[in-house]
Amino acid sequence: MSKLTWRRGGHTAPVAKPEPVERGASKAEMLGRLRDALADNRPPRAEVDRSYRRERDAGTDLVGRFAERVADYRARVLRADSSDLVETAAALLREAGVRRLVVPPGERLAWLAATGVELVYDDPPLTVTQLDAAEGVATECAVAVAETGTIVLDGGPDQGRRALSLLPDYHLCVVRAEQLVGTVPEAVARLDPYRPQTWISGPSATSDIELDRVEGVHGPRRLHVLLLA
Amino acid sequence: MTSVQPYPRAVEPRPPEPTFLGMPPFPEAARTALSDAQLRANLRKATHTIRARRQAVVDELPDWERLRAAGAAIKDDVLAHLPRYLEQLEASVTAAGGTVHWARDADEANAIVVDIVRAHGVDEVVKIKSMATQEIDLNNALGRAGIAAWETDLAEMIVQLGHDLPSHLLVPAIHKNRREIRDVFVAEMGRVGRPAPAGLTERPADLAEAARLHLREKFLSAKVAISGGNFAVAETGTVCVVESEGNGRMCLTLPDVLVTVLGIEKLVPRWEDLEVFLQLLPRSSTGERMNPYTSMWTGVTDGDGPRHFHLVLLDNGRSDVLADPVGRQALRCIRCSACLNVCPVYERVGGHAYGSVYPGPIGAILTPQLRGLNQHDVDAQTASLPYASTLCGACFEACPVLIDIPQILTRQRAQLTDLGRGPAHHAEKAAMRAVDWAFGQPWRLGLAQHAASFSRHVVGRKGRIGKVPRLLGGPLGRWTAARDAPAPPSESFRSWHKRTAGGLEEP
Amino acid sequence: MRIALFITCFNDTMFPETGKSVVRLLRRLGHEVDFPYAQTCCGQMHFNTGYRNEARGIARSFVETFAPYDAVVTPSGSCAAMVREQYPVLVGGAAPATAAGFAEAVGAVAPRVYELSEFLVDVLRVRDVGASFPHTVAYHPTCHSLRSLGVGDRPLRLLRAVRGLRLVALPRADECCGFGGTFAVKNAETSAAMGRDKAAAVLESGAQVLCAGDNSCLMHIGGVMSRQHAGVRVMHLADILASTGPHPELDTFPSGDLAAR
Repeated sequence: MSKLTWRRGGHTAPVAKPEPVERGASKAEMLGRLRDALADNRPPRAEVDRSYRRERDAGTDLVGRFAERVADYRARVLRADSSDLVETAAALLREAGVRRLVVPPGERLAWLAATGVELVYDDPPLTVTQLDAAEGVATECAVAVAETGTIVLDGGPDQGRRALSLLPDYHLCVVRAEQLVGTVPEAVARLDPYRPQTWISGPSATSDIELDRVEGVHGPRRLHVLLLA
Repeated sequence: MTSVQPYPRAVEPRPPEPTFLGMPPFPEAARTALSDAQLRANLRKATHTIRARRQAVVDELPDWERLRAAGAAIKDDVLAHLPRYLEQLEASVTAAGGTVHWARDADEANAIVVDIVRAHGVDEVVKIKSMATQEIDLNNALGRAGIAAWETDLAEMIVQLGHDLPSHLLVPAIHKNRREIRDVFVAEMGRVGRPAPAGLTERPADLAEAARLHLREKFLSAKVAISGGNFAVAETGTVCVVESEGNGRMCLTLPDVLVTVLGIEKLVPRWEDLEVFLQLLPRSSTGERMNPYTSMWTGVTDGDGPRHFHLVLLDNGRSDVLADPVGRQALRCIRCSACLNVCPVYERVGGHAYGSVYPGPIGAILTPQLRGLNQHDVDAQTASLPYASTLCGACFEACPVLIDIPQILTRQRAQLTDLGRGPAHHAEKAAMRAVDWAFGQPWRLGLAQHAASFSRHVVGRKGRIGKVPRLLGGPLGRWTAARDAPAPPSESFRSWHKRTAGGLEEP
Repeated sequence: MRIALFITCFNDTMFPETGKSVVRLLRRLGHEVDFPYAQTCCGQMHFNTGYRNEARGIARSFVETFAPYDAVVTPSGSCAAMVREQYPVLVGGAAPATAAGFAEAVGAVAPRVYELSEFLVDVLRVRDVGASFPHTVAYHPTCHSLRSLGVGDRPLRLLRAVRGLRLVALPRADECCGFGGTFAVKNAETSAAMGRDKAAAVLESGAQVLCAGDNSCLMHIGGVMSRQHAGVRVMHLADILASTGPHPELDTFPSGDLAAR
């Protein structure tokens, strides 16, 4: 049924009530047409053969593969361990020329203050204008995929809402070894479909001009990945 | 969050956007395209670039064929149980706080979207590139309702600003090169918002920067966004949009209201099915291991993204396609455009010649079906599309969901001829009957061969037939306009074989 | 093994030399082929243009004619593909009264139809057919032999074993030449544009001869090159494999090159 429920959000604009009765008829008619279309010649039941690779090949160096694939997108990747984490992050931020960094609410990324940058917490939520004016943002991620060089954000406390990693022109993403998986199927299995997700593979890019890839359109034009392994 | 707009909005009067209505049949449109040397150079460069990229990333997956088979099987499952999965999707989207609408055709879908936009009291919307909304000509419907729709995908923006038509599923401005794009930006950006930067060069990075600046103000001020969707998961209600530039993320994240127009074939049953398509699509499409950004959302989420989510389920001819047991394969399509990029015909003539928002091989099978070829008579332009192919099979080979495009093309030709519809004029039918008569009996074929052999004395010169006047020649005239034809030999194989007992009694 | 030659209507009428080459080649390899006179056509033109009922009638007579044979060899990738790939499709639309018999006949005959290079490599298991052809040759894989039949590198294996033959790579070899049956006249301009690009690739290859497994495509490419006075000859694979020495109208290259492949 097509009930238009935009009143629910208490939106400011005056809301006109469209006529939902006729639209209910549309649903019935569409489903009827589809059933008719399938009535005489329903295709045979097709079992989905999932014998494609669901896990990485044994012996893959996940960390190395991930670093290589991220770099293929012309994103910058640096590896660090707990002993040189702050130092490495500081080097990346210096290279990016970023002095103030938006971070999600909570303490997960508080250690970044030790690099000397000023941290701006998204708490209370920043306006889009503030975010747009921000020099950069730092987040962690939910999962990272080695084979495709992809990081996945799902709005967890170490990542914040989607707009954070979108409007600032620089994104520093901290990836921990335990977040790394080999393949796309492994990533899908780990993720919760009910959380809003953003899969990020390199900086914003376009192939719209002569089908040549150009990095940098609307999303962050520079992506730095700090790989903690 | 009201942002100051330093540039004229200049949304009115916006001229209506061009449509494909009234395009000539394919051979005629192709002739025009072929005579455009710049267009052919642009297309050649772009298609060859993307072909090489696609092949490289496809070759590195050892299980590519298994992924294709799984992709096809998942889509076949969707199609076989489409009513059930649609109702399941509606229930899961509704449970997650979204609203689902059902649209039988373009007019109904447009009316639903216009109503939603009006209800929120705005007169402009931002749009993510979407084939479904192009198919229903949503921008013009919004325009008639006094609502300006801004395309935010770079290529769509190039097409919109240039008052042009899209010519490719993925890169609608593929027919334009960088210099032409620069010219459009310089001439048009200032009329609808922030002008192109002074001294804009034709470097792709500079053009992308100009688009970034021009669109940023629109993203920050938009209240309503309109998108299509690449996949929708029936089980969870999750909708997925695959993109590159980040304009999609802007539209999906910043406005209060999100309206997604989704062809009903875009469903997948289960969350895990995305693991197949998120491998097939980017590699087939832009030739990347993964596209830069993929967004997934399930209904609405407190404190993150739009507060209102509307999902419009669009039929608009799809149920007719579903009724054809062979043609329904076309509904597996995930709009990757690999078939366009490998098609030798598309490479030469470009997308406009197909006279539809769906160009190339997939367009040649999908457009006629959406326009009712399986059910009733169609116009001459539509009827010309199934013949716009050499049946070389490169499209089938590249298709990530195994759509047997050549098979559907020959089926549509059969629908056009056997049922007495379509462009096959009387001469062709008569010729086919004559050939059929000759093939009915070997002696008749022999007779025809004698006639052919005799004709060499009339038309052949040094064993070759040069240009035959078009009016005189019929098919021979069309053949010899560009290439010589061999003169028929003095003796057919059959005659030789009889005369010499298969060469044993040859002198 | 009873072997039949399906010459194809097109070769029968327009390119009889190719049929003679097949007969001579197989005879040289110790095999006599029958040429059943009842044969006419495979029905491909009708099928591809949309005349399925007519195509079905032709297909019926095809399977009847060739039913007695263990193998049917044909010097045409696209006609072999028509029989093997599309006859089963035609079975689907047959009238119920005759469908079962037709299906059975197609099931029996279609898998035994071989394009020439398949027949030589897979059935006769030869690679060196004892040919000699001291010229520079490029091979164009026609779409139906490449994609429908999947003949792969069989023609190349056969060509590499030909004495004196220097095989050169054809740039963008897997691109369609633009023939496409009635496409060549229904969309003549597009077809010609594709043909000119193919001809350019042939010239780029430096070949004296362009070789393929389908005379239809060769007629198209050859027609374009003839119009351009390109000076490159087109020859069917069978004609090269049947050859036993230099072609009278072609130069041979210096003997130092003979070892080159």
